[in-house]
Amino acid sequence: MNDKATGNAAEHAAETAYEQALELRALTRHFGPVRAVDGVSLTVGRGEVVGLVGESGSGKSTVGRIAVRLDEPTSGSVHIAGTDVTNLSRRRLRPLRRKFHLVFQDPSSSLDPRMTIGEIVAEPLRLHRIAKGEEARRRVEKLLQQVGLRPEHADRHPHQLSGGQRQRVSIARALSCEPDLVVADEPTSALDVSVQASVLNLMADLQRDRGFGCLFITHDLAAVEFLADRIAVMYLGQIVEEAPTAALFADPKHPYTQALLSAAPVPDPGAQRTRERIVLSGELPSPLDPPARRPTTTPAGRPSRGVFDSCRFHTRCPLAEDRCRTEVPALRTLPDGKRQAACHLVAEDGTAPDAAAANTHN
Amino acid sequence: MTEPVLKVSDLSVSFRSGGRTVHAVDDISYEVRPGEVLAVVGESGCGKSVTSMATMGLLPPTATVTGSVRLGGRELVGASEKELARVRGNDLAMIFQEPMTSLNPVLTVGRQIGEVLRRHQGLSRKQAAERAVELLDLVGIPAPRRRVGEYPHQLSGGMRQRVMIAIAVACDPSVLIADEPTTALDVTVQAGILDVLRSLRERLGTAIVLITHDLGVVADIADRVLVMYAGRVVEHGEVHELYAQPRHPYTNGLLGAVLKPGAEGKRRLPEIPGLVPSLEAQPDACTFAPRCPRATERCTAERPQLDRAACWHPHEVEAR
Amino acid sequence: MTTPTTPTTSTTALTSPTRARLARAAGGTRTRALLRDRLALTGGVIAALFVLAALLAPLISPYDPAQADFENALAQPSWSHWLGTDDLGRDQLSRVFHGLRASLQVGLLAVVLAFVVGVPLGLLAGYYGRFADSTVSRITETMLAFPFLVLAVGLAAILGPSLLNATIAIGISQVPAVIRITRAETLRLKNVDFVAAAVANGGGDGTVLFRHILPNAASALTVQATVGIPAAIIGEALLSFLGLGVQPPEPSLGVMLSSAQSFLAAAPWMAVFPGLAIVAATLAFNLLGDGLRDVLDPRGATR
Repeated sequence: MNDKATGNAAEHAAETAYEQALELRALTRHFGPVRAVDGVSLTVGRGEVVGLVGESGSGKSTVGRIAVRLDEPTSGSVHIAGTDVTNLSRRRLRPLRRKFHLVFQDPSSSLDPRMTIGEIVAEPLRLHRIAKGEEARRRVEKLLQQVGLRPEHADRHPHQLSGGQRQRVSIARALSCEPDLVVADEPTSALDVSVQASVLNLMADLQRDRGFGCLFITHDLAAVEFLADRIAVMYLGQIVEEAPTAALFADPKHPYTQALLSAAPVPDPGAQRTRERIVLSGELPSPLDPPARRPTTTPAGRPSRGVFDSCRFHTRCPLAEDRCRTEVPALRTLPDGKRQAACHLVAEDGTAPDAAAANTHN
Repeated sequence: MTEPVLKVSDLSVSFRSGGRTVHAVDDISYEVRPGEVLAVVGESGCGKSVTSMATMGLLPPTATVTGSVRLGGRELVGASEKELARVRGNDLAMIFQEPMTSLNPVLTVGRQIGEVLRRHQGLSRKQAAERAVELLDLVGIPAPRRRVGEYPHQLSGGMRQRVMIAIAVACDPSVLIADEPTTALDVTVQAGILDVLRSLRERLGTAIVLITHDLGVVADIADRVLVMYAGRVVEHGEVHELYAQPRHPYTNGLLGAVLKPGAEGKRRLPEIPGLVPSLEAQPDACTFAPRCPRATERCTAERPQLDRAACWHPHEVEAR
Repeated sequence: MTTPTTPTTSTTALTSPTRARLARAAGGTRTRALLRDRLALTGGVIAALFVLAALLAPLISPYDPAQADFENALAQPSWSHWLGTDDLGRDQLSRVFHGLRASLQVGLLAVVLAFVVGVPLGLLAGYYGRFADSTVSRITETMLAFPFLVLAVGLAAILGPSLLNATIAIGISQVPAVIRITRAETLRLKNVDFVAAAVANGGGDGTVLFRHILPNAASALTVQATVGIPAAIIGEALLSFLGLGVQPPEPSLGVMLSSAQSFLAAAPWMAVFPGLAIVAATLAFNLLGDGLRDVLDPRGATR
């Protein structure tokens, strides 16, 4: 961060102090009748890695796209490094974009096939007028080296690299402007095990050295556990639990988190075959028709989006009680002050219900 | 010990294209017994899917297949398309990663299961419909009577994969080849599919060849494991033994690199340096040698034969 | 072992997608690709020869194409007149060379015109959508309701007969096709991740459209151009044939065909050779376009 070349010292002076790299407040995103994201509040501290975990249809990727303003929220606000970017136009947003970037899941589609690796990594530098020509080339070389590629890779095209190498290019591009925030959407999901390990190591190293805040979106619990300081679990457009990584794995509060943790197979036959698993009944309901929605009509008599009057997880929850079907559980902070859960069954003192116990006679 | 139902010996597959020859599978052998789950593990491009396609006889004409695939007493390599068609779906069935592309979107799932039964088992329309309900129940689909009348798009990904399994086992095959059956599914759904496979092997005695890259899935369900690298088998063995004491450096590297949910501290993940070699060469050497920390001159000069591991310098027992 | 006793079965329904995928991965279509490449090469060579002949027409023509020689009218092909002569005794070979000039000139200029107008409109409609899209698409659809040649003839009739007007008429008639392909490519590409990445990089509309979308649409557009050229050549021939294009005595393949009409029985070579030239030029450009489709993809033939 400190080997600044001449020329952009002024830009650095303009940088103001901020508390949170990313702050999402009451974010919603509706696609027609689908509430893809429904009231998500989440912060990523300066230099913190927050994992956002969920299964397909949970809305986690939509949150990621909104966080880097590739999509607009229906309501709620997005603050990046202290700046409210919720309602900025594309034009106003452009100069701010050097502060945050996205790493996509599929490195083969997120790199322009017609450009060379060098051009791809240099593009943000060029667009933000940070460097060009020889200076840009030097920086690209350095970035490539930092992500474990060789300088001659700069002249190649994406299809000439392996999947892991392409993802490294994607990371180099995201870091080229030294952002405050990197949103990584399933960056290792398309990669093989051994390649995944090296990309995760790389992300951990870079994050430690450069100190950017990172929202790491994934379905892979082990990957978040490796990388994240704090984890938020999403289910059907909402955060159901949030906790520091170690605490979440040691003592998951929400029955869904418990089920998720128990479902992820452990690569150890002895342990895997003896551990208790929570089998959820049914499958993730369609976000088009979430289970907790009571249909209503507008005053004009047309069907509206409906109101939620129960817990969204109650159809699959092995512990669901009457209350879960009639009352929406709020995301509340537990007594330790560090974690949150949205479940009626989590006691006042933070004692978690045991979904596995309820499951045995299933 | 029971006789193996499927016995693959010295199977090699190569593809010729534009003057180049790619050796996708290089001299592999394995066998499966009734009720046994054999996992074929490896990273992309290692030849695990080509192996299963060759077993099914589903490779395109550009492929050259040598060796032997014996199902029951029948030789499948070199068998006519007609003979193969008699075997496929009947004695030997297969399920794929993407259930949506394998189902016909305009027919109800009941029709699609029933069609297989009527064509292959000569059941009447009514019998087939009844049996379809039973099959859906067998693969754990709730309310099967209602579900038979639904179309594929009305089902979730996990349900569709269950329907695919129902179609595959409709004729009670002796061997089921499952190519990455849970890769496209969420973990909470994956567990259910693995349970279905487990119950098939217990209730019907089906032998299952599970092609996967997921070492967690293997740990969950496999009895024996075949580890492939660059078209060759580098190690095989009983699952507990192989996980506890991998002997081949590649297996060791793979098991080291895989993340362990619930046990992942802030550690540095062991990496396997280098890239998978091109499959064009068929060197008389160990193909893993360029990436191997234990490699010596011998490894680049002589091809190791497969004992438990195909390696000149395997990790000793307790070496881990 | 459980041995079902049932007869025939087939799993083609289950396996065909994978089979196709595998065939592609294994390069099963290589032979066909190679064959197509060879055809493309042949097309390219022939097209290049035509262009060369048109460019060098004044140098390689054995006679002045306008020079009448009534002694030799309607002469059969011979060593002195390889392709024979027409009713005014003009050398057919020289007229074909010069006629190619007019044809290719119209072909190239019309396509350039169509692209200059069509590409920006297609980008606009595809990228911005909404009002821009519905307006452009409505106009495109209206124009596409008329067959290409009918539209060209109609426009040429309105503009009045001349080579320039024929070019304009043919160019405008090709605009809808160019818009449509540009719009489709833009719609496809704007949802690919690298475009989102460009926006996330801080790229504006200009960057996205001209650095990312247009270069990636280039192969489809090039193919469209190679299809457009032969269509324009036929268009020119038709317009000239109808007297709406090149005006006699200027030679053009269409004009030649038109004047050959009255002598079909007496001097069939008057119609055959210009006709062959049109067919060969059209075919050559079409083959070239077909081959370019594969060659232009940076990832090679796999897509």
